[in-house]
This record gives sequence, structure tokens and C-alpha cells, in this order.
Amino acid sequence: MSRALDTALFVGALLLAWQGLYWLAGEVALASPAVTAGRALELLGQASFWPHAAETGIAFGYALGCAILGGFGLGLLLGLHRLSGAVAEPILVSLYSLPKVTLYPLMLLIFGLGLSAKVAFGVIHGIIPMTLFTMNAVRTVAPVYFKAARVMQVGRGGMIVHIILPAALPEIVSGVRVGFSLTLLGVLIGEMFASQRGLGHLVIRAIGRHDVPTMMAVTLLLIVVAVILNSGLLALDRRLHRRV
Amino acid sequence: MSKLGWWRLGVVGGAVLVLEILCRTGVIDRFTMIPPTEMVAALWRLLLAGELNRDIAQTLSNVALAFVLAVTGGFFLGLGIHAWPRLRRVVDPFLATYYAVPFFVFYPILIVIFGMNDLPIVVIGFLFAVVAMIINTLNGLDRIPRVLLKTARVYRMNPLATALKIKLPAAALHLFAGAKLAVAYAFIGVIASEFILSASGLGYAIAYAYNNFNNEKMYALMLFIILLVTAINMSFYVWEQALVRRWGRG
Repeated sequence: MSRALDTALFVGALLLAWQGLYWLAGEVALASPAVTAGRALELLGQASFWPHAAETGIAFGYALGCAILGGFGLGLLLGLHRLSGAVAEPILVSLYSLPKVTLYPLMLLIFGLGLSAKVAFGVIHGIIPMTLFTMNAVRTVAPVYFKAARVMQVGRGGMIVHIILPAALPEIVSGVRVGFSLTLLGVLIGEMFASQRGLGHLVIRAIGRHDVPTMMAVTLLLIVVAVILNSGLLALDRRLHRRV
Repeated sequence: MSKLGWWRLGVVGGAVLVLEILCRTGVIDRFTMIPPTEMVAALWRLLLAGELNRDIAQTLSNVALAFVLAVTGGFFLGLGIHAWPRLRRVVDPFLATYYAVPFFVFYPILIVIFGMNDLPIVVIGFLFAVVAMIINTLNGLDRIPRVLLKTARVYRMNPLATALKIKLPAAALHLFAGAKLAVAYAFIGVIASEFILSASGLGYAIAYAYNNFNNEKMYALMLFIILLVTAINMSFYVWEQALVRRWGRG
């Protein structure tokens, strides 16, 4: 209970800081928390808002799906095959830390303007952490499990489904959590540049028109949704890690 | 070089070679990608002509400033949060979800607060990098052996001396990992805001070249950033290996 209270206090402090900044910087720069919340509710009630939200949701859904499945497959391969894992790991780590925004024009040239470029851009953000986490999870599965499986003559498919997946699940969920944030970031950056639809586009349009309340309201909605979904994943993550 | 190193070189080199062949044979057309050798040639010409020098200097100084602020700020914020478990319990889920927030949208606000200069971009780079540093500082502090802290108490060190003489060296490897991430995130924050919103810097130069169908310049700039960031990562990696050899693992 005290934890809920502390969280409420923290959120209250954040809101207070926001209000303070608003008083400091004024109407031109910031909308007050109340105005932003009002504008957010207004947006939620507008029919024209939902196609943008749906566009972002669909792009994000595809991107996250591809990143998770692709990252899991790659991580599984690299984790099971020691040499290719050892060769690939530093390469993946340095790809992970590249500012991938620079590659967005490349995505646009390959996939054209539209949904697929955004999805592809989200995927290149999310797939690398997912691969790294899966690879390390598969590598650290206790060898005794593999021995037991071999004794019971479990086949390759059975090995993956019954041994590796359950043993590596907590780490994989951690990978999904990190991949989630980065994929969302990728999709939003994709929408902010050379795009006509989606929440990222709404924000950029609002910036262009100097419509501060809309800009902040869309951002607030994005943050709230991202934080709620990610907290869910975090809770699942902690629970799985405790179980093992 | 080790056997693994040769393998890695082979994989990367092979990928570049395949790309070169695909581009040269026309499987990938020139409007999508120019061959890697031409990228290198274009980059060489750009660097010789010196037309990029200002953008390079601006982007690098912004990244450097954001990085230094994030590392020092993140370390002290981490110390503060670690010292107050109640705050930490509340802040933890927020730190874990932090990177889902697209910070570029605050750029216009920051312009009004800090003015039309490089500071807003530095602040975005800082905001991106600081949390990676905080998280790693917390991880590092969690793993400091109790006995070291007791020693500090025995010697009656004040909090600042404890932080600098005991905690900083004891958590050094984790802090180093944080600093590595901070470099990466500072680059991402600075270049992404230049790309989307600013009117100067390397990120902007890439977006400008893209909008003008200037593939040669665009790929040369992309290559430059990739080589630069990889070189920085490599030097950090080598330095980290040296630290590990000296102090042993975490």
C-alpha cells in the first residue's frame, strides 16, 4: 500500500515540476498539465484522431512481431552454434549502438514511403536487443537439461519447445521489454520524418503549426500507453525471474 | 589477431563484398544504393573539400557535451537514488520504461527555454544518455562488497569522499558499461534531433541530402557516422578489456 502512495507522491512531484516549468517558460513553450489533459481527452473524442492512432498501432504491432520472431530465431541459431555466436556478438553490439536514424533514408529508398518503411525501421531498432538477449539466454541454459533431453531421445523440435523455450523464457521476456521501447521509438521516428499518417506525424504537424497543447497531448498519450504496457511487461519479467 | 577476429573480419568484409557485387551488377539500382567503394570515394572527396568540417565539429561537440553531462549527472543521481531505497522502489519502473518516450518532441519547448542555439540538442542528448548511466550506476552500487563500505565508515569518510574514493572505483566496471551506453545514446539523441528538427549538424546534412536526391553525399555521410561510432565503440571496448585485466571481473 505504501508503495502505491509513494508512486502517487512521485507522479504528483512530476506534475508539480511540469506546472512549475510552465510558469517559468510560459504559454509559448508549454501547455499546463490541466490544458494538456483536456486536449488529450478532446483528441480521444475526435473521430479524426483514431486513424492516426490505428496507423501507429498497426505499424508498431507488425514491427514488434517481426522483431520478436526474427530476434528469437536469430538468437536461437547464434546461441546454439557457439562459433557463429562468438563471431556475431561484437558485431551485433556495435550495430546496437549505431544511431540508426542515419539509416532511415536507406529504409525509405528500399521500402518506399509508407507503412513498410516504418515497420522496417522499427524492426531494425528492436531486433538487435531481442537477438542478444535470446542468444545469451540459450547459451546459459544448464547443460544438464540438454543431457536429460538426449537421454530421453528428444528431437530437435522437441528440444526447442520443451527445453530451451521454458528455460530461456525469463531472459526472452527481458529482451521483449527492451525491444518494445526501442521498436516504439523507431516507429515514431519513422513517422516524424517523411510520413503522412500516425501519431508521430501528428506531433510533427503540431510542432509545425506551433500547436503546443496538441503536441503535448499526443506525447502524453504516447507516454501513458507506453509506460502502462511496459510496466505490465516489467511485472511479468520480474515474476518469471523470481520463479526460476 | 585471434581466430575469432579473422572470422569477424571475414563476415563483415564478405557482407560489404556482396553489397558491392549486387550494386555493380544492377540487382540494387543506383537510386536505392551506391556501391560501397563509391561511398568511400565520395566520403574521401567530402573530407578533402572540407565542406563538412563545420557540421562534424558541431555534432561532435554536442555529443561530447551531452556525454560528459550525462556521465557525471547520471553517477550522482544514481548515488542519490541508491542512498534512498524508498525513492528507488518508486523510480525503478519509470527508469525501466524511460526509453519508450520519444524525447525529440520536446525540442520546440527546449528552444523556447534555452534559445535558438545548440543547447536544446545537447539537452536531448543528455536526456537520452543520462538514464542508461543511472541504471548502470545503480547496478554497480548494488554489487559493491559490504566490507568496503564498512571500511569507509571505520575511516570516518564523509559521503563525498566515500562516493569518490570507495564507490567510484568499486563500481568502475559497471560505470564503464554505463558510459559506453551513454556515448551510444548521446549520439542517437543528438543525431536524431538534428535529423528531424534542426537546421545544421551531420544528422541534418543527411536529411538534406536525402530530400535533394543526393545519394552520393547521403551515403558518404552515413558511412562516416557508422565508421566514427564503430571506432569510438572499439576504443571503449579495448579500454574496458584493459580495465578487466587490471581489476578482474566486477
